[in-house]
Amino acid sequence: MKCEMICAGFGGQGVLTIGKFIAKAGMAEGKNVSWLPSYGPEMRGGTANVSAVVSDAPIASPIVSYPDVLVALNQPSLDKFGPMVRKGGVVIMDTNMCPHGLKRDDVDFIAAPMSDIALEIGSMKVLNMLAIGMIIGKTNVIKYETMEEDLNAFLKAKDPDLLEKNLIAIKRGIELGKA
Amino acid sequence: MAKVLMKGNEAVAEAAIRSGCRLYFAYPITPQSELIEYMAKMMPKVGGTFLQAESEVSAINMVYGAAGAGKRVMTSSSSPGISLKAEGISYIAGAELPAVIVNVQRGGPGLGDIQPAQGDYFQATKGGGHGDYRQIVLAPSSVQEFADMASEAFDLADKYRNPVMILADGMLGQMMEPVEFKEARSQAELDELGKQHNDWCICPNEDGDKKHHHEINSLEIDPAVLEAHVNALYKKYAVIEKDETRWEEFNISDDNEILCVAWGTASRIVKSAINEIKAEGKSIGMIRPITCWPFPYEAIAKAIGPKVKKVYVFELNTGQMLDDVKIAVNGKVPVDFWGKVGGIVFTPAEIQEKLEACF
Repeated sequence: MKCEMICAGFGGQGVLTIGKFIAKAGMAEGKNVSWLPSYGPEMRGGTANVSAVVSDAPIASPIVSYPDVLVALNQPSLDKFGPMVRKGGVVIMDTNMCPHGLKRDDVDFIAAPMSDIALEIGSMKVLNMLAIGMIIGKTNVIKYETMEEDLNAFLKAKDPDLLEKNLIAIKRGIELGKA
Repeated sequence: MAKVLMKGNEAVAEAAIRSGCRLYFAYPITPQSELIEYMAKMMPKVGGTFLQAESEVSAINMVYGAAGAGKRVMTSSSSPGISLKAEGISYIAGAELPAVIVNVQRGGPGLGDIQPAQGDYFQATKGGGHGDYRQIVLAPSSVQEFADMASEAFDLADKYRNPVMILADGMLGQMMEPVEFKEARSQAELDELGKQHNDWCICPNEDGDKKHHHEINSLEIDPAVLEAHVNALYKKYAVIEKDETRWEEFNISDDNEILCVAWGTASRIVKSAINEIKAEGKSIGMIRPITCWPFPYEAIAKAIGPKVKKVYVFELNTGQMLDDVKIAVNGKVPVDFWGKVGGIVFTPAEIQEKLEACF
């Protein structure tokens, strides 16, 4: 098994964190992982992206040429990385932020008004957890239980309310991913 | 120890502390700033000293002083900052002191940009500073190796009383991968190490006899004395070349039709391309120099199998290690080169295209 993904969006949407949680969970499940951020003079509101790889075999290049999974949280990200997605790959997109979509018929789209759903759950902060749920629901690259365990350790004492919302968002994402 | 997910910059800092580094002097620069941040946070917790110097020149001279005092000391920077340290590195090599310098390379020349590059190969392996000296250059290609090289660098620096550079790049510094750390050196081990340094360092002698002082100096005004000193250095370098040359062989076999040579970050991308091409039934091998100095000339010469029609060098520069590969190949087969510059990193797909065009 090897899953190469690119997550991209505006700075502040938590795209780097999507990759980080996936990589951490993959590592906890005994897989090889890598996490490579775009870095530079970037800021909130600018664009940000991360390449994450989860693999049974050792990872040669952490740079992803043809992602198996793309998470695009805005139109510029979809325009930039959409054409690179491997044939038969998965494009997860926030339709609130990607009004023009992507013209391809050889990839699997999981399109949802992700920003609306995050607000409905109670916070834009859970947008990235929703995306993680969609990745899990579609690819099973990591397990929900691993995410729950990690989030518990991270948030249970600090912010139980946000923890709850995060878990709801992941579960909702899994439903969307499976649909 | 369980694996942790860490950036290369942080992993090498943690590994250095575990190796007994208790003194660290540096000046911040992207893309290695997480390293200096980590040291700022952790050094006080282990009873060490972190000091942000007013400049790179100052930092390397603090390293010179601390190394002279017999302590395990490190500094780090990125390309333009390493240029500023070059004079100090030459002094440290001349005075025969152990020190570890980390270079997390970025695009150049000049201030360049802050993206990953391999443009400092010449600087690291052919001098950088002035005069007839050599520094050991270790080139990691993963976060784990970056961390492992910290302890290796300190041991090599001590063994040969010579500066050792870990030559990484912005990608290795910024990326996160799982890393497993070695057990930290015990205080007893560090004390023992310190005693060995008493043979040459400027610390007071245990017998309290002030006549038994050691001189730390790179100035030898008498040509005959300097001649002997430089010749002695070159004998030491010959031993390092014989005993410390390291490389990785990837997919090397007698069936190889192409032999690739790549180092650091670039080598990982070439590996991905070779894996893809392997699936098509074509045979390509790769030599990855782990030490850029001493350079694995013999390993490359030996890896040119009976079917190899070309040696292909890939670097994130305009062809620097290329010169060393040409020396190794010595005209036996053609040597080709492709690189990307300016902080642009080639992709596995691009390398694959270049390699497939060879068949």
